[in-house]
Amino acid sequence: MRLSAVNLTCQRGGREVFADVSFSVAAGELLAITGRNGAGKSSLLRIVVGLIRIAQGRLILEGGNPELSIGEQAHYLGHQDALKPALSVDENLRFWTGFLGGKGADAAQAIETVGLRDLGDLPAAYLSAGQRRRLSIARLIAVKRPMWLLDEPMNTLDAAAQDRLTALIRAHLAEGGLVLAATHGSLGIAGMQQLHLGEQDR
Amino acid sequence: MALGDLANPSRFLAFANRAIPWLGGLTVIVFAFGLNQAMLAPNDYQQGATVKIMYLHVPSAWLSMMAWAVMTVAALGTLVWRHPLADVAAKAAAPIGGAFALLCLITGSLWGRPEWGTYWVWDARLTSELVLFLLYLGVVALWRTVEDPARAARAAAILTLVGAIDLPIIKFSVDWWNTLHQGASFGLEGSTIYPTILFPLLIMAAAFMLLFATLQLAAMRNEILRRRVRTLRLMRARTAS
Amino acid sequence: MTPLGALLIRDMRISVRVGGGALIGVLFFLVVVALMPFAIGPNLLLLKRIGPAILWLAALLASLLALDRLFAADHDDGSLDLLLMGRAPLELVVATKALAHWLTTGLPLVIAAPVIGLLLNLDAADDAALVLTLLVGTPALTFIGMVGAAIAVALRRGGLLLAVLVLPLTVPVLIFGVAAAQSAFAGAAPFGTAFTILCALTLASLVVGPFAAAAALRQEIE
Repeated sequence: MRLSAVNLTCQRGGREVFADVSFSVAAGELLAITGRNGAGKSSLLRIVVGLIRIAQGRLILEGGNPELSIGEQAHYLGHQDALKPALSVDENLRFWTGFLGGKGADAAQAIETVGLRDLGDLPAAYLSAGQRRRLSIARLIAVKRPMWLLDEPMNTLDAAAQDRLTALIRAHLAEGGLVLAATHGSLGIAGMQQLHLGEQDR
Repeated sequence: MALGDLANPSRFLAFANRAIPWLGGLTVIVFAFGLNQAMLAPNDYQQGATVKIMYLHVPSAWLSMMAWAVMTVAALGTLVWRHPLADVAAKAAAPIGGAFALLCLITGSLWGRPEWGTYWVWDARLTSELVLFLLYLGVVALWRTVEDPARAARAAAILTLVGAIDLPIIKFSVDWWNTLHQGASFGLEGSTIYPTILFPLLIMAAAFMLLFATLQLAAMRNEILRRRVRTLRLMRARTAS
Repeated sequence: MTPLGALLIRDMRISVRVGGGALIGVLFFLVVVALMPFAIGPNLLLLKRIGPAILWLAALLASLLALDRLFAADHDDGSLDLLLMGRAPLELVVATKALAHWLTTGLPLVIAAPVIGLLLNLDAADDAALVLTLLVGTPALTFIGMVGAAIAVALRRGGLLLAVLVLPLTVPVLIFGVAAAQSAFAGAAPFGTAFTILCALTLASLVVGPFAAAAALRQEIE
């Protein structure tokens, strides 16, 4: 599987966010997208999963399921956690697992992996920001998708949780997945490709 | 035991656990006696046995107003004295008051049915009671909308106080509105009250008061326990890694 | 569990939890109906005559006012992104959300209507006609209102805008709903005609609403 972008241009509200961005990521590879605030890291991820329309350029997925769009084969971990405070930790994850087409048993396993098993019955409203983030990450494990698109995945995570996420990303890469991550800092993964946005600005 | 001691939720729980069975038992006894007296009371020469609905209707109306008074005191307790049990009492009283208001409306419309030929007319008293019932539902809805009890308590306290000021104005306005329209006003409590009617009525009122006290204590106990569970669960989330 | 089943259960669960507000719509319905006689007067014959119209208007307002959070809540917490990306067709996703919304806010209105109808001196025949028209008509209100909710999803004060956008669109439903409900009275159109047209309006809205709302969401999300 290989995901390539050719001369992507992103426009939002009549303003050009970035232009002529190209990259190519193969199975087992990680692309770290860096750049200052407002350079369009989040926008690039949202373009890839189809939440923003492409102004110019092309996205090509080779070796994926031709029946499905790129977004339908990807996990997107945005800034927001997509959790409902009134629902319990279990209910939140079970919903996303069910909606994304996974099995309930996988949800139970995933909640164990992110270390929230003991809190399963609590409303998500009671969780700290880091715990909410981990619950949201659990969805990536519960349902298998070959592509992960992560927007500042380390945000609000403490050191231990960051290490655990790094391990999860490594495992995903080792299974032949591919990862695009917008990040400020290091992800602690050796041999990652870098894409720096915002160079073309004057 | 001094009243001040009850400010401590743990002591209040111990007190409530001991008091609830006694109060409940007393309620049953007084109710039995009151209902018996109501059965023995004379029928109305116009309305026949229907008039006996009054023994449920009138105490319900009284208690529905008293519950708002309890909530008003509790609201002051929340806002002015910051008493730890005040918002527990306020939250407990709202659904009970609402239930008494509903009971008053139902018995009122059943009582009115043979007189009016319909379950509901916009009689001044019943209409005021309906507005009171709506206010109770609003307070209950407010308690159910805000998850954090401390925040809900302050909002509900302000609403309760505004309601307490507005209720007499509502009553006055509805009376004025009703006389303006001169609707089919039979008036449920028309005739002067004889001692043979008054005595069972007062017993029933006492029974309703006891019922209210029992329910209020039980609801406060439940609410305190519910809050403890909530605190424990919050702490579990805090202390987990 | 199928994706849409999971969504249906989630939305219904949220609306009955603390802060969900499933029954506030019914309370609003009751309050509006209870206020009418203060403006109109307590004349029972008059109230009986205009009762179905009052109840229909109140049901219309109650079902629209509850709609503004239909997509906005999912938009605010990022869930909407994932719903848009999912493998389930967006049209079916929004239809499922609307169905969950109707089951928790529209259906309680239908159930409460006969009880509230007592306040307006409606008798059993009126109540039956009213319940039937509301049962058939309120889904149309939800599915038309859903389009407005999708258009206003990212806007502040979306609720007010929603009402302004959608209320004119509900005119046909109101006309035929009230006409069918009032057919017990002399001079009104026969029940069957109005009721059949009401059914047709609902079926049309069940088809058009999801497509329009899905299209609006795809535009708005950018």
